[in-house]
Amino acid sequence: MNRNLIGIILLTLFILFTGWYEITQPEGFSSLTGGIVTFDAMVRIGILTIVVVGLNLLMGYTGQASLGQAAFYGLGAYFSAILTARAGVLGIPETIAKAWWWPWLLIPAGMALTGLFAYLVGRPILRLKGHYLAMATLGLGIVVVILFRENFGISANVLSLTGGSDGIPGIPRLRIGDYELWPVTRYFFLVWGAAILSIILALNIVNSRVGRALRAIHSSDLAAEVIGVDTAIFKTRVFVLSAMMGSLAGSLYAHFQAAVSPPTFDFVASLELVIMAAMGGMTSVWGAPFGVALLLIIRELLRARMHRLFEGAGGEFEVVAFGLILILLMIFAPDGVIKGFRSLITRVRPAAAKS
Amino acid sequence: MLLQIDSISTYYGHIQALKDVSLHVNQGEIVALVGANGAGKTTLLNTISGLLRAREGRILFDGKEITRSSAAGIVRAGISHVPERRQVFDTLTVYDNLLLGAYQRYRRDGRKAIEKDIERVFELFPRLEERRKQMAGTLSGGEQQMLAIGRGVMARPKVLLLDEPSLGLAPLIVKSLFEMIAALRESGQTVLLVEQNARAALKLADRAYVLETGRVVLEGAAQDLLQDSRVQAAYLGGKVE
Repeated sequence: MNRNLIGIILLTLFILFTGWYEITQPEGFSSLTGGIVTFDAMVRIGILTIVVVGLNLLMGYTGQASLGQAAFYGLGAYFSAILTARAGVLGIPETIAKAWWWPWLLIPAGMALTGLFAYLVGRPILRLKGHYLAMATLGLGIVVVILFRENFGISANVLSLTGGSDGIPGIPRLRIGDYELWPVTRYFFLVWGAAILSIILALNIVNSRVGRALRAIHSSDLAAEVIGVDTAIFKTRVFVLSAMMGSLAGSLYAHFQAAVSPPTFDFVASLELVIMAAMGGMTSVWGAPFGVALLLIIRELLRARMHRLFEGAGGEFEVVAFGLILILLMIFAPDGVIKGFRSLITRVRPAAAKS
Repeated sequence: MLLQIDSISTYYGHIQALKDVSLHVNQGEIVALVGANGAGKTTLLNTISGLLRAREGRILFDGKEITRSSAAGIVRAGISHVPERRQVFDTLTVYDNLLLGAYQRYRRDGRKAIEKDIERVFELFPRLEERRKQMAGTLSGGEQQMLAIGRGVMARPKVLLLDEPSLGLAPLIVKSLFEMIAALRESGQTVLLVEQNARAALKLADRAYVLETGRVVLEGAAQDLLQDSRVQAAYLGGKVE
């Protein structure tokens, strides 16, 4: 059987098990991990996996840097937040705004708008290469967060949309008819359903003719052009797709957190997304959930255990330790944990066979 | 006439790289384009394959004008460009490189026909078959050049544009490479060959053009140019009597 199919089945089984354990066992899922990975964290991992899968396609496979991916994540989140929690201010009739299907409708609408936005900015900036593209996407990310913080430049007295630095509270939960996708044990399955679908989509792209074209662009722009790959169109399409995946994850985040605020989508967030992609392996769709989980776990471990190792260690110790771990990972597993683990196995096996 | 270039001029910004260049390639020929560094040889190939745009003049291929066609459209029309410095996809396997060469035919011809063509490339370059699962970046220079040509052939072009296939290769390897290009011609492949190694190119080619600072300064049968005293002096290391 195909390795990817086995992976999908294993991941699905793991998700079903996690949800089942959380629902049926009184001590909950986090007890299995010694309290390191909470059930909430599992939901976050699912949401961010969607963003990182998109980033994988863009950066890992196509070789186009993006240091502003959190902006698309934020656009989806704010789109859902504004049109649900601020529906009254916008004059959307209550019969629509309170209908169960309204937030569901906003998710694809937000993806479409974010995709359109990515298309419009992508056309000019994807002509840039390497560091210049990184700089341009960095700027894009910063501008979008400023727009959130400054209420799109509209005076808050006239029309408060984004809530400035405070963000938007009171975002409703998703419902299907009268069935609310909450508590979190219900929402968990929606999030991971979307995450698994995005992994399947990405695997299908990567292993197709289009996937080969993307890797060709990564390897040599010029050679891709001479074999007849329209590099400009492919770069734009992947950029748009990754932005739409970011938007989807953003909407899911907004209905999970029930509130959004600018720092979640700023430059640091974009950087963390790139680190997650790199940790899992840039050219590895499967790396995405592992990279996201690893970063969240390392951070949580440091937060929970650091002060036990060093008496009186504060937050600055965490940052230093985090940096060190990152450096070590990049030295010993430059292609991400998945490929690092695989090469470790192949290195250990022949040694075992010899002895 | 399969490929006809009608007094084209190409610019990099304000700098004119090609000045009123005309040439043609007939079906089944190997036409060589020789000249010094910076004469405009690569610019000419890039203009033909649509990587650059000619500002003046026109390019006719198979009776149709392709001057404004996209690079992808030109590949579809039947021109395949093997760029300078090979530019193989070094993080992909030899096999995937060849498969990508057929990128524009994939939907039209289907997997079966393409796999058959890959076998044909392996017959032409047996070394590639031994290394089919290897990353292209790990091949030697000569093997990478074979792969680049093989990838070009995979598009089933009516004209193959070869840019400096001998670049940076040992003389012995150049010799066998040129034998392979000759074998390509035997199979009916039309080739436009750009070379700094003028002697090797002129020995192989049917006709040739000499390019100097963006202009065609000489043209004729390759045999005649090989004997031409000006060509000998400038490109073949001969003495002017």
